[in-house]
Amino acid sequence: MYGKGLRALSISTVVAMALALALVFFYAPLEAEQGFLQKIFYLHVPLAIVALCGFVLGGLLAIQHLRTRDPRWDMRSYVVIHMSLIFGVATLITGSIWAKGSWGHWWVWSEPTLVSFLIVFLLYATYQPLRFAIEDPERQSRYASVFAVTAGAFVPMNFIAVRLSTAYLHPRVLGSSSNLPGPMKLTFTVSLLAIALLFATLCKYELTAKHTRQQVRALRRRLAREGDAAPRRGRSAVPSLQGVSAMSAPSSGRTGL
Amino acid sequence: MVALVLGDTPALPLHTAGKYVAAAYIVVFAIVLIYVAVMSIRLSHMERDLGELLALSEQTAPEPAAAAMAEPEPESVLP
Repeated sequence: MYGKGLRALSISTVVAMALALALVFFYAPLEAEQGFLQKIFYLHVPLAIVALCGFVLGGLLAIQHLRTRDPRWDMRSYVVIHMSLIFGVATLITGSIWAKGSWGHWWVWSEPTLVSFLIVFLLYATYQPLRFAIEDPERQSRYASVFAVTAGAFVPMNFIAVRLSTAYLHPRVLGSSSNLPGPMKLTFTVSLLAIALLFATLCKYELTAKHTRQQVRALRRRLAREGDAAPRRGRSAVPSLQGVSAMSAPSSGRTGL
Repeated sequence: MVALVLGDTPALPLHTAGKYVAAAYIVVFAIVLIYVAVMSIRLSHMERDLGELLALSEQTAPEPAAAAMAEPEPESVLP
């Protein structure tokens, strides 16, 4: 079941988040140039990394869907992209808050890192409307997977293009130019782990909820099969698991994601 | 503009930077909270659906229940 291991994952996330917050505010030293404002980076950068990795993961899951035609992979891809969008919103807001505090502007259009992230975010913002625009579930899942694969390939290309550009303002946290001291590196690593765990937990919650909902619908259809009032699935952007017996558990040996 | 921003920006004092840091963390907390609230609403809908299904299942299979109701109780020695 999708819900298997959810409790352990949730507890791990809470512990990791508490540890990360404690390290950020009581252990990591103040940065010389930015002072206390730099604490935003322990939240903003992991959010951005996890969101971008989520977009790529959504593409990989979509490849699996196109290979196997199993709607469960489409559901996983949908949920991961959906969650990455939420994390993307958080990245943009926290980034803007930091920019206001550091640069005095909410947004700097000449900064490639900011604009490129916004482009990626807006690209994925079209994913849900695309799904909703196609009524046939089979076509919807196929087209959405093609979109997810194409957009997923665009994410690392975009990242590399920004890295190659020379005129940037955005600080580099990771890479050859970064010189994070030990306590800051440890704090950043724990924060990244905590945000990644939060992402995985919320994805698992979403998958479990959607799977349970499909099971309830399947049960309703089964009970109403004698009557003529069998509920018909309306237009929805959410993938359908009707073809794979929603009453059954997902394939054994697989994790929730 | 870029040169202006690239210029030396001294660290903000705690009373100035604190509100930005607090705002960033509160925003993320609020987003997670909104997500949990949406999930709880969905859960309550699912609970309602399950209640309806339970009622539907009792309607579609009344025979065993009716038979059980119609069955006479065995005589008891108790007063």
